Amino acid sequence: MSEQSKTEEPMPLYEVFIRPKAGLSHKHVGSLHAIDDTMALHMARDVYTRRAEGVSIWVVRSNLIAASDPVDKDMLFEPTASKIYRHPTFYEVPEEVGHM
Amino acid sequence: MYAQALDQKDKGPAVIEDPERLARFEARCAADEKIEPKDWMPEAYRRTLIRQVSQHAHSEVIGMQPEGNWVTRAPSLKRKAVLLSKIQDEAGHGLYLYSACETLGVSREEVVEALLAGKAKYSSIFNYPTLNWADMGAIGWLVDGAAIMNQIPLCRCSYGPYARAMIRICKEESFHQRQGYEIMLTLARGTPAQKAMAQDALNRWWWPCLMMFGPPDAVSEHSSESMRWKIKRFSNDDLRQKFIDATVPQGLFLGLTFPDPELKFNEATEHWETGPIDWSEFKRVLAGEGPCNRQRMRVRRQTEADGAWVREAARVHAKKRAARQALQAAE
Repeated sequence: MSEQSKTEEPMPLYEVFIRPKAGLSHKHVGSLHAIDDTMALHMARDVYTRRAEGVSIWVVRSNLIAASDPVDKDMLFEPTASKIYRHPTFYEVPEEVGHM
Repeated sequence: MYAQALDQKDKGPAVIEDPERLARFEARCAADEKIEPKDWMPEAYRRTLIRQVSQHAHSEVIGMQPEGNWVTRAPSLKRKAVLLSKIQDEAGHGLYLYSACETLGVSREEVVEALLAGKAKYSSIFNYPTLNWADMGAIGWLVDGAAIMNQIPLCRCSYGPYARAMIRICKEESFHQRQGYEIMLTLARGTPAQKAMAQDALNRWWWPCLMMFGPPDAVSEHSSESMRWKIKRFSNDDLRQKFIDATVPQGLFLGLTFPDPELKFNEATEHWETGPIDWSEFKRVLAGEGPCNRQRMRVRRQTEADGAWVREAARVHAKKRAARQALQAAE
């Protein structure tokens, strides 16, 4: 009972990614605990695809994901805000030329 | 319902936050920005969410018990299949929410332990018994209906993982509510005995469902913080009124009556008005004195104990397979 669960070794955390249909990318949908990859795939099927949400599942141990730190957000992403010339709307095309 | 944790006071130690970071956080909330797991957040925000999300998860899991009571006695194979998949959904909802809760820096073991030890609560509604088959209809129609009312605003909660879990859950709850109403409709249009079953279920579930929204605004303990931080978006009374206005016409369509002689439509406000709610009953149920509190906790603890050998077997099997793979790789 409660004593038992204290001594149980925690199961690893997995992140779950689902491809909704062929032609679309896998998308993160949530996470779950499983003892190994096989069990993680079975559980992901039961927990995240009960209503035909997907045609393919990826599971990956959460501790294997390298992620950027929110603290570095400005340093990483702010410089792109000033580079508006990277967007097509920066350039003027005369109306006579039509759609480009 | 499901948002009852927001009516409790934060009992944790007061934390002095860095004023600059706090101001930035408040500005993000005010601008309706989402907060993600690794972002800085005030300790009180984290604690409120851990309490709210974990209790929401516990409610989903405990909520499987009253319905599980009727699986083997469902009147047809169709009804049984529907009930089973609804119960499976509740387990799924619990799992989405436990996962969201863990992103706040608390382990699955800790939150489950808090429930088993009786330290964490779950929704008051699941401490009522399911006495006849019509209760499966009333739970879907009324309990899940009230849950949807509560959960739709939570889809816009400032905390990203909770909001995303709520979006998935709301989509699935819609099936729950409609299947419940269909059960009620079938019974209400059936024999006089069947209609009496539907009426009996409505009589017993109506008031407890109104209590699911929590105490009246005048006495609710929730802080203005959870409103400002965009965790809670509507007051208890506002949500309760929305539920009453949506539900009364549905009940009248069934040809049933509500167990409230004072229920009347106010032409001026265009709202349905109920008689006074017996809040002493709500307090008793929350304090552990509802009809089924002890039974629900006993079953939950027993289930956890009964499943221990399965989890242990999975661990041993995984170790054995890993060892065999390592051996093969070495050859």
